Amino acid sequence: MSRFTRRQALSAVGAAAGLAVIGAAPAVGSARDRAPKTPATPHAHAASGAFDEVYLGRRIQGAPGHGGGHHDHHGGGWTVHIDGEELHLMRNADGTWISVITHYEPLSTPRAAARAAVRELQGAALVPLDLS
Amino acid sequence: MTVRKNQADLTGTEKRAFVDALLELKRSGRYDSFVTTHNAFIMGDTDSGDRVGHRSPSFLPWHRRFLIEFEQALQSVDPSVALPYWDWTADRTPAASLWAADFLGGSGRSRDGQVVDGPFAAAAGGWGISIRVDGRGYLRRTLGAGGRQLPTRAEVDTVLAMSTYDMPPWNSASDGFRNHLEGWRGVNLHNRVHVWVGGQMATGVSPNDPVFWLHHAFIDKLWTEWQALHPDSPYLPGTGTANVVDLHDTMRPWNDVTPADMLDHTPHYTYDRAA
Repeated sequence: MSRFTRRQALSAVGAAAGLAVIGAAPAVGSARDRAPKTPATPHAHAASGAFDEVYLGRRIQGAPGHGGGHHDHHGGGWTVHIDGEELHLMRNADGTWISVITHYEPLSTPRAAARAAVRELQGAALVPLDLS
Repeated sequence: MTVRKNQADLTGTEKRAFVDALLELKRSGRYDSFVTTHNAFIMGDTDSGDRVGHRSPSFLPWHRRFLIEFEQALQSVDPSVALPYWDWTADRTPAASLWAADFLGGSGRSRDGQVVDGPFAAAAGGWGISIRVDGRGYLRRTLGAGGRQLPTRAEVDTVLAMSTYDMPPWNSASDGFRNHLEGWRGVNLHNRVHVWVGGQMATGVSPNDPVFWLHHAFIDKLWTEWQALHPDSPYLPGTGTANVVDLHDTMRPWNDVTPADMLDHTPHYTYDRAA
C-alpha cells in the first residue's frame, strides 16, 4: 500500500504554497457564519478547470497537478484544498471523483467533490492528512 | 459456533451484549485500530494502482476477513456475541428497531448531525470519534436525508442474478456481480447504503459507526446467497493479474489469507436462516 508521512503531506500542501497561504486567510472559526460569495477569482483558471472560490463561507481551491508525490497517483493529478487544508481526492476509472469526506458517492468534477465536502463539513475543519 | 442473526430478531439481552462488547472494544482502544485499517485501505485502493479492500475483486473476501477479525475481538470480550446483519431491503426506514435507543440510536439532529440518543451518543460518554477526517468528535448520521431510498429486494435480486463474479478491468468500471454489489455501477447496493446513513458512514472512516459491521455482514451474506445461486461461478481473476488479488494471492494487511481461503464462510460462522 502507498504510505506517506505527515511531513510529506504537509510539504504537498506547501507545494501549492501561494494558494494555500491565501486560502488560510478566511479562518475556519468564521466560516460557519459567512454567507456564500461569488468566486474569488472567477476567470483565473477556466481553461484547465481549476477553481478558486468561496463556497458557503469556505475557500475551496483546486488545480490539476502539483510538485508530485502521493496525489498525482490517487487524485488523478489534482490537488484540492478547503481553507488551505488538503482534501484527499480520488479519481474513478469513469472520470468521476470522490473525496475522503464523501467516499461512496461519485461526483462529476473535483469542484463538485469539494463543494459536497463543504456541505458535509457544516463548518468543521478538515483534519490534516496523516496516514503515517 | 457463531451464528449470525438478522438484527431485527435479536432479543433485548442479545442487543445489550453486543452493545456492551462494542463499548468495551472502544474503551480499550482496539475498536479504533479497525477504523484506522479501513481508512488506510480506502484511501490507498485506487482504480489504476494496487487495490485490495475496495473497488476490486477482493472487496468481498477482504471484508469477510476483516469482519471475522472484528467478530473475534468482540468474542474476546463476550464469547456469546456474534455479528448481526442488517437487511436494509426489509428494515428500510429510520423507524426500524435497529435505530432505537436500546440498540444503535437514531438519526442525528438537524443542526449538526449529532446522534443524541442510544449508547453511542456523545452524551453517553463511551463513543468519542478519535480516528477522524474532520474536527468533529461525535457520532453523526443523516438517515435517508434528501429523500434517499435504500435498495429494494427487487434491486438486490437483479444483482444476485449476475452469473460472472467480476470482470476486467477489475475495478470500479467493471461489469459483473462484485462491482454491482459494491455499487460503483448499476442500481448501486453497498455504496448507496453508506450514503443513506450519512455522517461518518459516508466517509473513509465509516467503521466509526457501529452500523458499518451490520451493513457489511449483510453484504457478506449476499455473497453467500450469490454462491448458492451460481455454484459453478468461481472467484475471478484466477492468476497473473497486475495490481489485483488473484484467487491464491495473499491479501494485505494479514498476508496469510487468500480469497480462496475465504470462499466458504461455514468454518467461521453460519446464519440463522438459509441463504
